[in-house]
Amino acid sequence: MKAFAYVNAANEKEALAALGAERGKFLPLAGGMDLLALMKDYILQPDRLVNVKNLDATIAATPDGGFRIGAAVKVIDLAEHAGVSKAYPALVQAASEVGTPQIRNAGTLGGNINQRPRCWYFRNEEFDCLKKGGSRCFAVDGENQYHAIFGTGPCHIVHPSSLAVPILAYGGRFRIAGPSGERDVSAADFFVMPDKNLYGENVLAPNELVTHVILPAPRNARSATYEVRFKQSHDWPLAIVSAVLSMEGGAVRSATIVMGAVAPVPWRAAAAEAILAGGPVTEETATRAADAAVKDAKPMSENAYKVQVARTAVKRAILKAAGIAVA
Amino acid sequence: MASRSRRPAHPPEAAAENLSVSRRAFLKTVGIGSVATAVVTPAVAQAQGAVKVVGPGEVPISLTINGKRYDLKVDPRVTLLDALRNRLDLTGVKRVCDRGSCGACTVIVEGRAVYSCSMLAIEAQGKPIRTVEGFSTGAALHPVQQAFCDRDALMCGFCTPGFVTATVALLEQHPSPTPEQARALLDGNICRCGTYVRVLEAAMNAKGVRRA
Repeated sequence: MKAFAYVNAANEKEALAALGAERGKFLPLAGGMDLLALMKDYILQPDRLVNVKNLDATIAATPDGGFRIGAAVKVIDLAEHAGVSKAYPALVQAASEVGTPQIRNAGTLGGNINQRPRCWYFRNEEFDCLKKGGSRCFAVDGENQYHAIFGTGPCHIVHPSSLAVPILAYGGRFRIAGPSGERDVSAADFFVMPDKNLYGENVLAPNELVTHVILPAPRNARSATYEVRFKQSHDWPLAIVSAVLSMEGGAVRSATIVMGAVAPVPWRAAAAEAILAGGPVTEETATRAADAAVKDAKPMSENAYKVQVARTAVKRAILKAAGIAVA
Repeated sequence: MASRSRRPAHPPEAAAENLSVSRRAFLKTVGIGSVATAVVTPAVAQAQGAVKVVGPGEVPISLTINGKRYDLKVDPRVTLLDALRNRLDLTGVKRVCDRGSCGACTVIVEGRAVYSCSMLAIEAQGKPIRTVEGFSTGAALHPVQQAFCDRDALMCGFCTPGFVTATVALLEQHPSPTPEQARALLDGNICRCGTYVRVLEAAMNAKGVRRA
């Protein structure tokens, strides 16, 4: 990789002072699982890395019954946290399936959310694709079997973070710190489509950091994540769905269904949510909700199979959240 | 689309690789301690407001590996894997994928198995690091190493140090794992020969690993 300078930030203030406004020049280093690989392949060539592992890595309950989780928390510590597991099972189910034990031991929550897409054109230095400042998306006419089935481009990545899916489904927010103070952005507003930000996948400025994930109180929600991968071992999902069902008696008062690995952002399925609201969850309603979730999918030349995978994942996530046995 | 168009015109990495080869040969002749003393020079640190920036050239660091302190100089870009292999001659860790996918470079940092290819040497400072070189006691193999021998849990052997290290980390966490736990916690290592069945047998049959 290209040589770079290094800053070991002791805290948030030092980290922010060491970052800069120009995109790609000074980058934060969290677990390094994704960043170092991108640098070895010359996809990213920063002049400086700022180690942000010393920033807040605590998991704390908030007075309103929610949780505030430091971005530097390791994925393994999130996956094994009893309080988080009880309150947000969909998040812990997703965290337990991230990468491999070694990746969960080193990778962080903030790093997982901010990891870059797995698109093989983006990751291959020979392809000067749109996301790297080039003039075309090679997936349109190329090998697109793992690309998006929602969205209109111009870049057809799928968002790579599994943890982003349940965080959005729970109505989570991100605390973002920057040179002019801090801001609070909902997960729904944080992730943006390629027409809004082609060179990144969210609203984060180059001199800003995600420092915390803030999750609202779960109240009496039932929730689950269902993930489909090409292989059981280390892989990114073909589809991952988090379902959060706010219950009132035996009926769903409101539902939030978020699909991952199907679009450039975690993709909310409002049509599925509307079908579930107001009644009990049955295999029949879950099936109808799943049909609605993928109704507007626009697969590319080689990924039509992902529509059915996503459909099944929606149905099973809903049934799993409702406590109905699934395959 | 020019070939290698994204790389800098003069990749400085090549120079560093050559340097590390000569350093490794040098280490073999004179020993690590004397080199450590010889190469330590004042830190390449520059004051920039409150920010302490080091590099991009060589920076003195110290690592604690298998209970022993090593002082060396590395570019910030040098991974823990390359520092172990090329600078410190601890070649039990293997460089295979170098992308955090295969597990051949697994080491134990602060009690947890991690990929040394995906951690910078400079950020491993101050953390206890254990490698496969540190497991045996004199001529006595570590129980996991013995179990790998007893169960014939290797074929070509190139993944073995990583698997042994991952298994030690597994058993220090779960001394009597269920087969599901063993499978889940050895999920980060790949054996191209495919001797997974024997590796799992070894993991299930290693006796006397104490909870860390």
